[in-house]
Amino acid sequence: MSTFNSADIAAFKDVWVFCEQREGKLMPTDFELISKGRDLANELGVNLCGLLLGGEGIEATAKELGGYGADKVYVCESPQLSVYNTDAYAKVICDVIEDLKPEAFLIGATNIGRDLAPRCAARLHTGLCADCTHLDIDVANYIQFLREASTLDVDGQKWDMEDRNLKMTRPAFGGHLMATIICPRFRPCMATVRPGVMKKNPFDQAKADACVIEKPAFTLSEADVKTEVTEVVKAAKKLVDLIGADFIVSVGRGISKDVEGGIKLAEELAAELGGVVGGSRATIDSGWLSADHQVGQTGKTVHPKVYVALGISGAIQHKAGMQDSECIIAVNKNDTAPIFEIADYGICGDLFKVTPLLTEAIRAAKAAK
Amino acid sequence: MKIIVCVKQVPDTSGKVAVNPDGTLNRASMQTITNPDDMNAVEAALKLKDETGCKVIVVTMGPPPAASMLRELMAMGADEAVLVSAREFGGSDTYATSQILAAAVDTIGVEKDDVVMCGRQAIDGDTAQVGPQMAEKLGLPQVTYAADIHKDGENITVKRMLEDGYMTIKVKTPCLLTCIKELNEPRYMSIGGIYETYNKPLATFDYEKLKDHRLINVDTIGLKGSPTNIFKSFTPPQKGVGVMLEGNGKETCEELAAILIKKHII
Repeated sequence: MSTFNSADIAAFKDVWVFCEQREGKLMPTDFELISKGRDLANELGVNLCGLLLGGEGIEATAKELGGYGADKVYVCESPQLSVYNTDAYAKVICDVIEDLKPEAFLIGATNIGRDLAPRCAARLHTGLCADCTHLDIDVANYIQFLREASTLDVDGQKWDMEDRNLKMTRPAFGGHLMATIICPRFRPCMATVRPGVMKKNPFDQAKADACVIEKPAFTLSEADVKTEVTEVVKAAKKLVDLIGADFIVSVGRGISKDVEGGIKLAEELAAELGGVVGGSRATIDSGWLSADHQVGQTGKTVHPKVYVALGISGAIQHKAGMQDSECIIAVNKNDTAPIFEIADYGICGDLFKVTPLLTEAIRAAKAAK
Repeated sequence: MKIIVCVKQVPDTSGKVAVNPDGTLNRASMQTITNPDDMNAVEAALKLKDETGCKVIVVTMGPPPAASMLRELMAMGADEAVLVSAREFGGSDTYATSQILAAAVDTIGVEKDDVVMCGRQAIDGDTAQVGPQMAEKLGLPQVTYAADIHKDGENITVKRMLEDGYMTIKVKTPCLLTCIKELNEPRYMSIGGIYETYNKPLATFDYEKLKDHRLINVDTIGLKGSPTNIFKSFTPPQKGVGVMLEGNGKETCEELAAILIKKHII
């Protein structure tokens, strides 16, 4: 391992994805990142590899990653790896990376990924970009992305079409700005990627069967681990699945005059649509809804078929989490609320009056269909 | 025993944010605040001070005006402050920043029963990276997303939040913890604290003071040395203006429902 030098760029090859598991089950983010990693590996002309750490027997889950695009999965099994532990995971991952030298390494920006990635990046002496929402290798693809997602004059700029750096795009300043980050002088180029943003490939059983499993050598002793996880407790209440929902009805500060009533109206509309209830940061900070309901830059990024915003003004940090929804419906008393700038359909009015009428109208329209 | 708390002064992105025509943030027009998660870290440290009488030192890296934030934190109850400030440090990414802050914290000195605390993430960058990167540089174990902290001598028990629950983690001092808002409600400055704050020590660590520290590699700090660089920055385009429906009564809602059905949206 003495040969590891993060500045020796030519020594690095392949795209890797850290595949997080909890209680022996792969996380949805793993499939999203493998799918995106597949594109990047294709653009670079290299292999896409998963890196899966877990307790004895975790190997059995590895092949599924092939079905979404992994050519190979490196599996590291140890009783010390069954539950996430920063020290143990960082030790094994850094050892394996120093040995096998991937050029790009993607990690889901979960609470665990965001603990692990910076620890590894600091040890490997390389750059890390947090919470990416878009990744490119090919400059032509990146230019196309900028055409759609920015106001930049891409034709008026000079481009190095041969540039093979990973271009990592993320929101900054609460979503007011987007920044594309590169890590030109060190490898692996590391990024954490926001859950729910990258599209998952369809599962392909033939590819899963063809996926190669490899078990790289690593050492892990008790002395490597300085923290002890004494318990893992699942939230008692079932958490709302915002990312997987096709319909989301979110409430904002506008429900303040009758919080319970406002949430009830949102629940009724959500039930009629077959969806779930979300909330702006204000509703979470005020304790009206639990944190799992939060949509926005500091909450979840969602793109449902329909997003209904009730009494949400549309602060940029909220918009950052929902503006890619297929259809946005906004109800707000204030006709200058910024939410109307991105809404497909806007109704200026009191949400306490409009929402029950809208629920009833949708019920009637569906019945008449 | 002492607690070193790393804090950052940030533009208040919750209010109006002005963007310059070139796509950069118009910082001059914005209010600055102490980063919210960092306030929870300060409060956690002050709570431990209330219980044990330990010393609390606040550290920030930033331009000279950040000293006013440090004075406010000392008015809340912190005992000492260190401002890490130099032109050479400007433009640092998280890797570079963590080197500089780790060197500053190490210069202050981390002893057997000490704790380093940070906020989980800053609202201007939202990266949550500097805490763990510092912990690695300092060779300290880390626990991030701390929602509850119990200290019993050298043993610390932390409730560490996950998306779908939490972990209980035991760690020994010295260690680094990153704090989230569920941890506590930050206190206000006290009148006595405001009176005393200008008599408390505020040291400045500049480039000369830190450049030869073993944790700093001068080739990997500042804008030029940072491993990551900004390739482009841009503002998202405004989405095409949608339809503002007339009225807000029964007919309007029926009109919208009809559109949604017609377009196969529902």
